[in-house]
Amino acid sequence: MFDSLSDRLQGIVSELRGHGRLSDEDIDRAMREIRLALLEADVNFKVVRDFIAHVKERAKGAEVMESLTPAQQVVKVVHDELAALMGSSDSRLAFASKPPTIILMAGLQGSGKTTACAKLATFLKKDGKQPVLIAADVYRPAAIDQLVTLAGRVEVPVYAPGADVDPVRIARDGVRFAADRGDVAIIDTAGRLHIDEELMGELVRIRDAVKPHNVLLVVDAMTGQDAVNAADEFRQQVELDGVILTKLDGDARGGAALSVRAVTGKPIKFVSNGEKLADFEYFHPDRMASRILGMGDVLTLIEKAEATVDAKQAAAMEEKLRKASFTLDDMLDQLKQVRKMGPLSGILGMLPGVPGMKGLKDAQIDEKQLDRVEALILSMTPEERRHPEIIDGSRRQRIARGSGMKVQDVNGLLKQHREMQKLMKQLSSGRMPKLGFPGMGG
Amino acid sequence: MEWYEVFRGIEGEVPAAVVEEEKAERAGLLGRLRRNLGKASGALRGALTTIVLGAAGEDVWEQVEEALIAADVGVDATLEIVDRLEVRAASRGLRTQEDLIAELATAVADELRVDDPDARRIDVTAHPAIILVVGVNGTGKTTTIGKLAWRLTQMGRRPLMVAADTFRAAAAEQLTEWAGRVGCDIVRQASGGDPAAVVYDGLAAAASRGADVVIIDTAGRLHTQVNLMKELEKVRRVIERQVPGAPHETLLVLDATTGQNGLRQAHEFQRAVQVSGVVLTKLDGTAKGGIVVAIHKDLGIPVKLIGVGEQLDDLRPFDPDEFTRALFAVDG
Ligand SMILES: Nc1nc2c(ncn2[C@@H]2O[C@H](COP(=O)(O)OP(=O)(O)O)[C@@H](O)[C@H]2O)c(=O)[nH]1
Ligand SMILES: [Mg+2]
Repeated sequence: MFDSLSDRLQGIVSELRGHGRLSDEDIDRAMREIRLALLEADVNFKVVRDFIAHVKERAKGAEVMESLTPAQQVVKVVHDELAALMGSSDSRLAFASKPPTIILMAGLQGSGKTTACAKLATFLKKDGKQPVLIAADVYRPAAIDQLVTLAGRVEVPVYAPGADVDPVRIARDGVRFAADRGDVAIIDTAGRLHIDEELMGELVRIRDAVKPHNVLLVVDAMTGQDAVNAADEFRQQVELDGVILTKLDGDARGGAALSVRAVTGKPIKFVSNGEKLADFEYFHPDRMASRILGMGDVLTLIEKAEATVDAKQAAAMEEKLRKASFTLDDMLDQLKQVRKMGPLSGILGMLPGVPGMKGLKDAQIDEKQLDRVEALILSMTPEERRHPEIIDGSRRQRIARGSGMKVQDVNGLLKQHREMQKLMKQLSSGRMPKLGFPGMGG
Repeated sequence: MEWYEVFRGIEGEVPAAVVEEEKAERAGLLGRLRRNLGKASGALRGALTTIVLGAAGEDVWEQVEEALIAADVGVDATLEIVDRLEVRAASRGLRTQEDLIAELATAVADELRVDDPDARRIDVTAHPAIILVVGVNGTGKTTTIGKLAWRLTQMGRRPLMVAADTFRAAAAEQLTEWAGRVGCDIVRQASGGDPAAVVYDGLAAAASRGADVVIIDTAGRLHTQVNLMKELEKVRRVIERQVPGAPHETLLVLDATTGQNGLRQAHEFQRAVQVSGVVLTKLDGTAKGGIVVAIHKDLGIPVKLIGVGEQLDDLRPFDPDEFTRALFAVDG
């Protein structure tokens, strides 16, 4: 069920080998696969219909038909169109010429607004701004306590007069409070159903009272087909400026991103992707496109690796990649970097072909497996690590003994190293191969 | 199913007045559910009319497919249901639109049925009965616990809440507020502590405080967070060790707006803590919650309760026929 789209298309195309060019019929079949992939990713079915109609024409163009790798070309066309659709306008916030800049957060219950408020404040603070939080969710029990606690953690001022004050007044007074204490006012509001007339009316009154520079809809990345209904109502009634996509650290394919973008016409500005307050970043349409298509998130992985590896090391690594001299020492380094990046399950999800349940199970073995790889490499001489090709039978036996493992383990490691070397070469040449990682059990 | 039938271990103890009240309440609820759940029916009726008119080409079935997809039933389950419907429509010579819609509703309801009625009920026969509540972030766990505890007190039980969400800011305060509304006891510790320790305390307190049902709130966690899932496994182990046979229920709270990821959630929580039932929340919105079809079909986990709002009495027993009738707006 969680086969990647490219695998499925590959299936279609391999049946066609020998027939030469792709026919219109082949394209139609490919489009049906893409339709299913998008539906499985929770893109709204109407959005899918429009999207397929749109890309079909391009897929019938010469770039696909005459390509030697039509399956990949189809995926590329779809991927590019998805990315273009999700990212064709500015994702930055609007800042007021005369502070405070006012940001109003809105969304359904449980979408993650309060957490997003605190994360956005953290993000802006790092950017040199002075955010102030305003607690206008007077309905959910302890929502105010939650925001106040989070404000304490972020170390920003919070305006929280209490649950018995009218939210419109809290927002209005809060903005005044924010003007004295900072330069950005972030207003947390209660979660509400888009069909709840009374609460939607209240949101409109808050908006009219404070005239926010940014109204942001907070959307759970796991949302299914209904995302369009909610987003469309919020758009019509309160007028949105953008979207924050939350809980993206899970393994949802996140088709809601496309749905919401399509019905609101507004950009997704940020994604929230972790338990920590710092897990909040600008939205990257190309990554989202890969994710929706089940192609993994190679770019995020690379970027995360870059952020973890310090700059000098990164430069050295790049140099090695270019020269394709990826030694076992480098592999060991990589391993340590991978560990620094955080729990393997998260990283696994970013790799093409593994964001399935299978990938998760593999993640359980990984840590131990990584220990073993480390032990093996540490039992080699520096010379062996630099020139693995000199590792002959007797050296293999020595390494196995030294690390308390079997010769097969040494063989396995050397094989993985070779694969990784190949992979590194491909990555450095900008292609997107199917990844295998050391210690990931195949 | 009625509320007085929901709990295994309370039957026979429920006063007649409560039963009567239940029946009245239910009449109003059906309409409300149907209004919200019935939005797919327009497209569907259109599609089925065309079938009846004899133009059942690919497109029409595709439309039926889309109606199910729109309810978040998911591609695999949808294709299977549609295949079956096609066969039945042909073999039984189903002609009228009503027949076809009824057939479709039956096909979906069949997926949600349980053989043993007890499989749908909440087991509170043990004293104390231990109910563990789990799920991803923001689905409605804490709120559901408030509603469930209230219902139990209505039925003459003495629930005790245990605030084992020590992670989210002010989570214990939120549960405390619900305990206040319900008028039941709560066990909590300072935020940031070990949830297993709170659970241990809570179970120990149950006896001394005379509670007969213990409901344990846990922190929302994504099923992909290995460490947090391990933490939950530990919570379950602590319960098992302290009270033999417990937890008697492990409820997965699922948000009706959730798409296909819901199946993954159920799968992972099932693997970690053996889910005994699903609570499907936020059905008062426009989302259909069709992913429960796949969850029941693939994992055999029944839906036990539905959430239809944010008030104390906005929790209802789940009924597959009612659910699918509402889904496709079939009368009767
Ligand atoms: N409309 C509606 N909102 C709900 C329902 N159940 C919970 N909520 C809301 O969803 C939000 C998250 O609920 P909460 O219990 O805190 O979720 P938790 O994080 O899983 O404990 C709150 O705003 C609740 O009021 C429901 O059935 N319908
Ligand atoms: Mg909670």
